[in-house]
Amino acid sequence: MNALRSIRIPKLPGNLRQYGILAALAVIVILFQVLTNGRLLLPGNINNLIQQNAYVLILAVGMVIVIIAGHIDLSVGSVVAMVGAISAVAMTQWDLPWYVAVLVALLVGAAVGAWQGFWIAFVGIPAFIVTLAGMLLFRGLTLVILTGGTINALPAEFNAIGGGWLPELFGTIGEGRGSRDILTVVLGVLAAAILLLQQLRSRRRQRKLELVTEAAPAFWVKNLAAAAVIVALTWQVSAYRGTPIILVIVAGLILLFTFVLNRTVFGRQVYAIGGNLFAAQMSGVKTQWITFNIFVIMGTLAGLAGIVTTARAGGAVASAGGSFELDAIAAVFIGGAAVTGGVGTVPGAVIGALIMGVLNMGLSILSVDAAWQQAIKGLVLLLAVAFDVLSKRRGGNR
Amino acid sequence: MKKAEAMSTILTMREITKDFSGVRALDGVTIEVERGEVHAICGENGAGKSTLMKVLSGVYPHGSFDGVIEFEGREAAYRGINDSESQGIVIIHQELALSPFLSIAENIFLGNEIQKRGVIDWDRTNLEATRLLARVGLDESPTTTVLELGVGKQQLVEIAKALSKRVKLLILDEPTAALNDEDSAHLLDLISSLKAQGITSIIISHKLKEIRRIADTVTIIRDGRAIETLSMADADTTESRIIRSMVGRELASMFPDRTPVIGEELLRVENWTVHHPIDTDRVVVDNASFTVRAGEIVGFAGLMGAGRTELAMSIFGRSYGTNISGTVFKSGKQISVRTVSDAIANGIAYATEDRKRYGLNLIGGIAVNISAASLARLSRFGIVDQLTEHGVAEQYRSSMNIKTPSVSVLTGKLSGGNQQKVVLSKWIYSGPDVLILDEPTRGIDVGAKFEIYGIINDLAAAGKAVILISSELPELLGLADRIYAISAGRITGEVDRAHATQETLMHYMTAEKD
Repeated sequence: MNALRSIRIPKLPGNLRQYGILAALAVIVILFQVLTNGRLLLPGNINNLIQQNAYVLILAVGMVIVIIAGHIDLSVGSVVAMVGAISAVAMTQWDLPWYVAVLVALLVGAAVGAWQGFWIAFVGIPAFIVTLAGMLLFRGLTLVILTGGTINALPAEFNAIGGGWLPELFGTIGEGRGSRDILTVVLGVLAAAILLLQQLRSRRRQRKLELVTEAAPAFWVKNLAAAAVIVALTWQVSAYRGTPIILVIVAGLILLFTFVLNRTVFGRQVYAIGGNLFAAQMSGVKTQWITFNIFVIMGTLAGLAGIVTTARAGGAVASAGGSFELDAIAAVFIGGAAVTGGVGTVPGAVIGALIMGVLNMGLSILSVDAAWQQAIKGLVLLLAVAFDVLSKRRGGNR
Repeated sequence: MKKAEAMSTILTMREITKDFSGVRALDGVTIEVERGEVHAICGENGAGKSTLMKVLSGVYPHGSFDGVIEFEGREAAYRGINDSESQGIVIIHQELALSPFLSIAENIFLGNEIQKRGVIDWDRTNLEATRLLARVGLDESPTTTVLELGVGKQQLVEIAKALSKRVKLLILDEPTAALNDEDSAHLLDLISSLKAQGITSIIISHKLKEIRRIADTVTIIRDGRAIETLSMADADTTESRIIRSMVGRELASMFPDRTPVIGEELLRVENWTVHHPIDTDRVVVDNASFTVRAGEIVGFAGLMGAGRTELAMSIFGRSYGTNISGTVFKSGKQISVRTVSDAIANGIAYATEDRKRYGLNLIGGIAVNISAASLARLSRFGIVDQLTEHGVAEQYRSSMNIKTPSVSVLTGKLSGGNQQKVVLSKWIYSGPDVLILDEPTRGIDVGAKFEIYGIINDLAAAGKAVILISSELPELLGLADRIYAISAGRITGEVDRAHATQETLMHYMTAEKD
């Protein structure tokens, strides 16, 4: 924690907490990289990190919106299981093509969200209760659908969503073991370039608005470092099997919802509701509809996470998605969201999810017992939020 | 001997002075209360009545104010409400402090349980509670949950609780403000009967009829000073004498000059009746009708609990109350104000009296708050035009003189005056024709007040219809072209600027149904 505290000292208005948590992620990565003798960042492990944690990332993106608005969703783990079961039934028993099954799964997720959103927004039952009920209800329905068994033998195209890679369009550098997928490298360089361009654009806009911009050296150091990390990671991954399909989906979602929360009227109103529900109402915000829509989004994303989880496992089991809701909620709070609502960001939640993911991966490589892994994750959550609370209190005293 | 004791002084507060970060709330107040009397404390909203009682009960601990308190002949140094209660001083606040899900008996003995080694003796608890309820004339089982009781009965439970603590001096802060006539009458009778049992009461009230009925003595407080103490037995102590004493200050000449240019009628409200949201039988706004014209500033005067805010909020998208009836006309055409967005779409804006609760997202920036009611106008395809938004915020920052280093500063970090300017900016930017300003200068410093008076005049000059709700009579007299007075939910008077004086308004404001 001392490392974290020292990082807070430079003047970083507003986003202070975000940097702190990013630094925590860096520290954890470096720590495990050392502890595992460099095995953490081997191409295969990075690939697995992405594919294994895609569900948390997807759920955390939805959960952060729910939590900013001052709600919670405990049902997402059960929704993951139920949607997975329905998609498997759709493909194996109704013989629907895989893409139709995906569509059905997303619609079921949206319908679940609408159901819960109705009770929360229009009937006024607290989200904690409604989604606790949903947690039991949808887990039960999953067991009904699967009649206690499992469904395997899903189409390969479907399984690729969770565990496949983009085709090696541009061929490879080198042959056999140690060869690198050129597409992955190209995508990595492209992503880094887009990041830099976008940051430059927003910096220019801030300048025009005469907003306080950070000093040029800080700006360049920060963004060049970020770009370098992206390129380096994709360079590593390219030596495995190429670009995981799920990485493209998750990256798209992160960008989309960052935009939604920052730039759209809907996003504005989500923050307004969480910041002061009454003031939002008195400003003409249709708070009930916003709440309803938030849960539809969360349900749809839970549906997507269900598809991804089922696809990666190659089949549907009734126990799928166990405690996924807790992973997502933990990620959001580690990422700096406030329990009282009104505060939180998609990038923060993503970093929170990555911290949990790296912990999982690192501890697994070190063959730490699963029981201890869970205990350690619990402590990390507590410390992260305690750090947040304490740093805020110190800020208040000044 | 006994008689001499009955006439002795139970409480003396001498030269009490209390400051709140530079603002003097109490200025050398001296007050003496005789044993066994009902002593009324009377004054306008914000005169310092409640502050004085908080000093007495230890809410503001010894040392946080200047002056001396003597209770029963001994100098008191209360560090908290527990200290004063242990001496027999109990205060009953306007907002009742009962736990709604506990029973009457549990509430009476909360924190003071009848117990043996941590185990509660329920039989004795309920027995004692029954006795206390009989004393306050409340015919309810002690096991009834407080939730099921109306406000009047809850007040009686509070008094029973005070009696359980062997109260010697009972302080009631505006006890009838939220009560209907019947409950009020019962409560006043109870206070008289407690007096017969030797309990001294201080009652804070601005209802003169009430004071007339039960008080022996009245002390008038104005602007943090005790103006005078009058004996109700004295023939000179008339209602108009008390009113004069309550308002008798000079009008400060801080109101900018303005020549009103009054145009067409913009808003007309007819037969507006609103019921309390929980206690649905209670009428909060009673058949109110009024009009406002373009370029006109219309004041609403009323004492605390008169129903001014409730009237305004119920018109603004039914944000308050149930069983609302009546009609609203905008420029002669009937309009719907069922939801806040309807009201905004019809060109009505309401700047709340409670900035922190209803007005601002305190963890949001200034720009975000100013745009909050106008996002539809500021966006295309659901995407907020942040460039324009920022420009708008900058524009209001300079035109309203919002003192801040940047428009992205969180509104929670601003001073009260600057917060108020953000709220006003938000509603002015929403482009309304009718602005309802509810206590726009509450809790802000004199400089900012003056600036806000200027803004209000500018709005009227721009042809807006402005409704100004204020507890400060000089403010209404200095700004409004016409003033309605409200008492107990009814509009009891309408006065032109030319004919308005503090005395006439106060008469209407204290008018009661006979």
